[in-house]
Amino acid sequence: MKHISAADISAKVADLCIRACTVLPPDVVAAIEAARDREESPLGRDVLSRLLDNARIAREDGVPMCQDTGIAVVFVEMGEDLGVSGGNLREAITQGVREGYEKGYLRKSVVHSPLDRRNTGDNTPPIIHAEIVPGEKLKIAVAAKGAGSENMSRLRMMSPADGEAAIKAFVRETVEQAGAGACPPVVVGVGLGGNFEQCALIAKKALLRPLTDSSPDPQAAALESALLELINRTGIGPMAVGGRTTALAVKLETAPCHIASLPVAVNLQCHAARHAEHTWE
Amino acid sequence: MAKQEPTETPVAVNTPLADEDVRALRAGQPVFITGVLYTARDAAHKRMVEALEREEDLPFDVRGQVIYYVGPTPAPPGRVIGAAGPTTAGRMDRYTPSLLARGLKGMIGKGSRSDEVKQSLKTHTAVYFGGLGGAGALLARSIQTVEIVAYEDLGTEAIRRIEVVDFPAIVVNDCYGGDAYADARARWEKR
Repeated sequence: MKHISAADISAKVADLCIRACTVLPPDVVAAIEAARDREESPLGRDVLSRLLDNARIAREDGVPMCQDTGIAVVFVEMGEDLGVSGGNLREAITQGVREGYEKGYLRKSVVHSPLDRRNTGDNTPPIIHAEIVPGEKLKIAVAAKGAGSENMSRLRMMSPADGEAAIKAFVRETVEQAGAGACPPVVVGVGLGGNFEQCALIAKKALLRPLTDSSPDPQAAALESALLELINRTGIGPMAVGGRTTALAVKLETAPCHIASLPVAVNLQCHAARHAEHTWE
Repeated sequence: MAKQEPTETPVAVNTPLADEDVRALRAGQPVFITGVLYTARDAAHKRMVEALEREEDLPFDVRGQVIYYVGPTPAPPGRVIGAAGPTTAGRMDRYTPSLLARGLKGMIGKGSRSDEVKQSLKTHTAVYFGGLGGAGALLARSIQTVEIVAYEDLGTEAIRRIEVVDFPAIVVNDCYGGDAYADARARWEKR
């Protein structure tokens, strides 16, 4: 059985936290550049240019692109033939988040309890979603998810009879209600199907996909394009100053669901779409 | 000063603000703000309003001042502040009218305000600016000095007195009931 040391995992997770918060992924930069070039609204174009400046400054100066460096959401795919030596996976990841947020001068934005609101002081605990996969690999993706866009996300348990029209209306309405609060241009993660909790999870996972891809399922891919068009007709625009660029992409994930159910989750991601990942093969 | 139509060219705004400064601003107008701002967000607002309820003084004189809704990242060595972009203003809505009643003249945040806040801006001649959400690295460059003035135990949520130069923003809600977000939708929405 192959082993990876807990210390290695912590060091890598720390690095992923810092990288996610300071380096905007190239696909996001390219999408904002393309949006700036075709944006018709002068104010909107100006906002997009400044967001690109911001990403450049963050990368060059090694400072976070946004002051909300989020709660760390960690997606793990762990091979069933792999072990962790010198510790356990959860503690290794938690230690990595602690180190990354301290060393990287990232903001500590986690409270112990939603009722007492006391800050934990080190941005732990992270939210960990782990999946067991065949083989010996370990893949860890860190998303630094800010509250601005997260707070504007919604889930609705629809009736199958509601169909695509209701799904479209719900997604559009979510983006409209979010307005500037979600920091558009947004990336829209849509979960369709599964049950209450799986639907929310696949909506979040959708946000980790490259902005350039589309769903391998033709029906889902068509809905992704239709939703993007619909959202960009709202005119909300970059930081809601008006314009054609309200969303950079819509990413839709589906899961099998009950004959009586149509769960729909919309997880919004601000333009600072921060995530970084590493795979141990 | 009579109210003017907003232009796409930014105008300079110097803080603190007098009523006539506020009256000159129209929703949709881009601005560059220079002067002193006070930072405060959720926890600091809660404390300030609780202090008012106990009839105690606020930790700084809010008359004429502008509050910036921000919780910065820690300052790395050699810098006065880390990333410092605006947070969602709507969370402060329930606290805002009582601060406006005490003479607060402006706020910088992102996102829409409640009808009550918009009404309060009219009643008390004040203005709400929208900053560039998610541009914390860029906006930090406008910040020249930082000094904690109250609630240090709140960490990132402490009240800081900061000096900014040419801080970019847009007038979202003016003192006439104007709303830049609504105007933008009306202009750019494709039906």
